[in-house]
Amino acid sequence: MDAAALVASLQEAVPGAQIESAPGIDLQTTIYVSQDDLPAIALLLRDRPEFAFNFLAELTAVDYLPREPRYELVYILVSIANRLRLRMKVRLPAADPHVGTVSAVWPAANWLEREVWDLFGIAFDDHPDPRRLLMPEDWEGFPLRKDYPVQIRMTPTSSEALQVTEEEFRANLMKDRLTRGR
Amino acid sequence: MGLESDFDIPVLTTSVEKMVQWARRSSIWPVTFGLACCAIEMMAMSCSRYDVARFGAEVFRGSPRQSDLMIVAGRLSRKMAPALRRIYDQMPEPKWVISMGACASVGGVFDNYAIVQGVDQIVPVDVYVPGCPPRPESLIYGIVQLQRKIDQQKLS
Repeated sequence: MDAAALVASLQEAVPGAQIESAPGIDLQTTIYVSQDDLPAIALLLRDRPEFAFNFLAELTAVDYLPREPRYELVYILVSIANRLRLRMKVRLPAADPHVGTVSAVWPAANWLEREVWDLFGIAFDDHPDPRRLLMPEDWEGFPLRKDYPVQIRMTPTSSEALQVTEEEFRANLMKDRLTRGR
Repeated sequence: MGLESDFDIPVLTTSVEKMVQWARRSSIWPVTFGLACCAIEMMAMSCSRYDVARFGAEVFRGSPRQSDLMIVAGRLSRKMAPALRRIYDQMPEPKWVISMGACASVGGVFDNYAIVQGVDQIVPVDVYVPGCPPRPESLIYGIVQLQRKIDQQKLS
């Protein structure tokens, strides 16, 4: 796929969007999209028949710590119909990194965005379920950030609180007792 | 225990304590609980080539309620620690714990925020088996050491 043509086509579809193609060391087309334009561009890439990137293969982030903008989000897109692959990147600043969610565009992004939030602390606006994915829910800090102290020796907890409220717990118990006799 | 040949009928005399110790050590039932690659060696230990059934510990139970032994086979993440403790608490007394491999014993190569640096912070450990992962023979040796330990546990 010709990156320049792709950028021109996207520019035409979204006037005022900041899109640039990036030189890559591999043959895969790479474009940079600005933080604000991402949701619109994502929808366009999925729905335009000449793109039809209907498969989000990967969504992850990179922390280039001393540099500003500090973070880069990487979206690997696949068009099954057109047999194309595209690497789309978004630069994000160190202060308050956030970007619009694409989980409405590609449902696969739901957990991937939760993972990126969990490990990098990049917030996804309007995410339907913005919880941590891998780390415990009460965890502090974002472990894959370059300035995270990896070898912290905290005392592990050997118990955890109920995952339901006490009322729900008691209601479940009562339900079991009522249905057991049948 | 001794066979009393003074009688015509075969009789064994023993003390209750020795009898109980013998019964406990001769049928150690581990709970089916593998955390990482050490669990593969644990499975090999229970299969035909190494055959821990020779030492009376072959019945891996699917329920902690029926188990005597927990083999912590692999690195324990912090998120898993409450679950491990809950399984341990569900096991009936008497119960024992073998910490299998470097990760379970001291954290191994995973000196980081996510891994518990030694499961003895979560549950009391009876036998530590070193190795990364330990060979099935090592784990069998650990179980035999545990049997020796059980043999010396007093009832009172």
